[in-house]
Amino acid sequence: MFETVLVANRGEIARRIIRTVQRMGLRAVAVYSEVDAHLPFVREADEAVLIGPAPPAQSYRDMAAVIEAARQTGARAIHPGYGFLAEDPAFAARVQQAGLVWVGPPAEAIEQMGDKIRARNLVAAAGAPVSRGTKSPVKTVDEALAAGEGIGYPLMVKASAGGGGMGMAVAADPEALRTEFERVQGFADRTFGDPAVLLERFFPRVRHVEVQILGLADGRVVALGERDCSVQRRNQKLVEESPSPAVTPELRDRMVQAAIRAGEAVGYRNAGTVECLLDTSTGEFVFLEMNTRLQVEHPVTELVYGIDLVEQQLLVAAGKPVTFDPDALTPSGHAIELRVNAEDPKRFLPGPGAITAWEEPHGEGVRVDSGYAAGTTVTPHYDSLMAKLVVHGADRAQALARARAAVASFRVEGPKCNLPFFAELLENPEFVSGDYDTGLVARMRS
Amino acid sequence: MHPVAEIRAEMVANVWKVLVTQGDSVSDGDTLVILESMKMEIPVLAESDGTVSAMHVSEGDVVQEGDVIAVIG
Repeated sequence: MFETVLVANRGEIARRIIRTVQRMGLRAVAVYSEVDAHLPFVREADEAVLIGPAPPAQSYRDMAAVIEAARQTGARAIHPGYGFLAEDPAFAARVQQAGLVWVGPPAEAIEQMGDKIRARNLVAAAGAPVSRGTKSPVKTVDEALAAGEGIGYPLMVKASAGGGGMGMAVAADPEALRTEFERVQGFADRTFGDPAVLLERFFPRVRHVEVQILGLADGRVVALGERDCSVQRRNQKLVEESPSPAVTPELRDRMVQAAIRAGEAVGYRNAGTVECLLDTSTGEFVFLEMNTRLQVEHPVTELVYGIDLVEQQLLVAAGKPVTFDPDALTPSGHAIELRVNAEDPKRFLPGPGAITAWEEPHGEGVRVDSGYAAGTTVTPHYDSLMAKLVVHGADRAQALARARAAVASFRVEGPKCNLPFFAELLENPEFVSGDYDTGLVARMRS
Repeated sequence: MHPVAEIRAEMVANVWKVLVTQGDSVSDGDTLVILESMKMEIPVLAESDGTVSAMHVSEGDVVQEGDVIAVIG
């Protein structure tokens, strides 16, 4: 086993990985940008290397700087966390060319799953359900109308280069498609300099449910249940829970088998997540995409299965067996994660700032993965995630009760903070019933 | 004659895209600029119909909370 692991990330995830590395008796090396020098992950690492200024391209995404930091410190393995270089196949390849261990899937698997259309075709070939949609960008209204007939209405008109919910519109019929196609195409051209438009089937009431998979060192791919990530704003997750209130044992079995097949189709190793859309009215699900890395919301799976996923990642990367019996995986209870962001609780606009007060909740079944502390500063350079508040209970009702108490005693002052939104959500009848979908937050704010 | 409306930044952000120029006519809800902060893209919209009488930002600028981005008159 390698003795020193470099963590090529920042904030809460770097701190969380460092904690496991040290618990396993290994040395943890952090890399950091100038503006992050004061953060807990830098202090808590056994060694920390300054790799550049705030812009990610000059620090956390600078492959050469990260690999040089590993050389300087004698690190033999690199864990990328999520974001930054985590899903860059070129980086995975360079790490291995430098003679280091890459704590992640093979570069080829990252590449195959990184191209959305290629991934969908691959997964379909492996026998997993995929959504109906265009296989290449649509260029004219007539092409769109012809494609729309095959896909069926309502459908989603999407700028190929878009993201974060921008450049998307729903068309209920061919007449609406004419209007929306031209609008989205114009917007895409002006905004992204790329007029390519994709069409997909649109499901009015849909849940976002994903399956955690782990490719073992011996080649087997196992699944660790699902996470429901349907509480979203701007198509970005705010809350995740496991198990999903919408998934029956029969449906879980089908989803898990499909996820394992998707992983096997690309020879998957290490941790990955197969994201699906679940149509709540029919119980049908389709493959959305595969994330070839550790997911932000992995703690809900850890609490329900009682395992440390980062430890499994390191063991798999070292070619060793995992700490649990893959044939005897048993979930227990219910877990909920709330993403505590530096953003206002009404419109979810970001608001960085210096943290003047920071008191984390404690208690049975309460876990906080945080990247900040009192006296540190949330800067505008990186994402707004300050901490993940994760609770576990014997059942969903107990998890909800623990979440309410934890939210009430979590104190953050300085930056904007969305904790009041969670207080509201945890009393919302739709959320409390478990029968909600991705439109929940928009309904709460309409 | 429309009332003059100042469109202000609601947070510290980088100006990622400027989609209109002085003299353009815009409608209520049109995207004027897209700001970027904390890895989030935030469209800034016109709040009334009118003409862009002044544009105070360029792509790559940093705006502070309360800064005037554009004037619609």
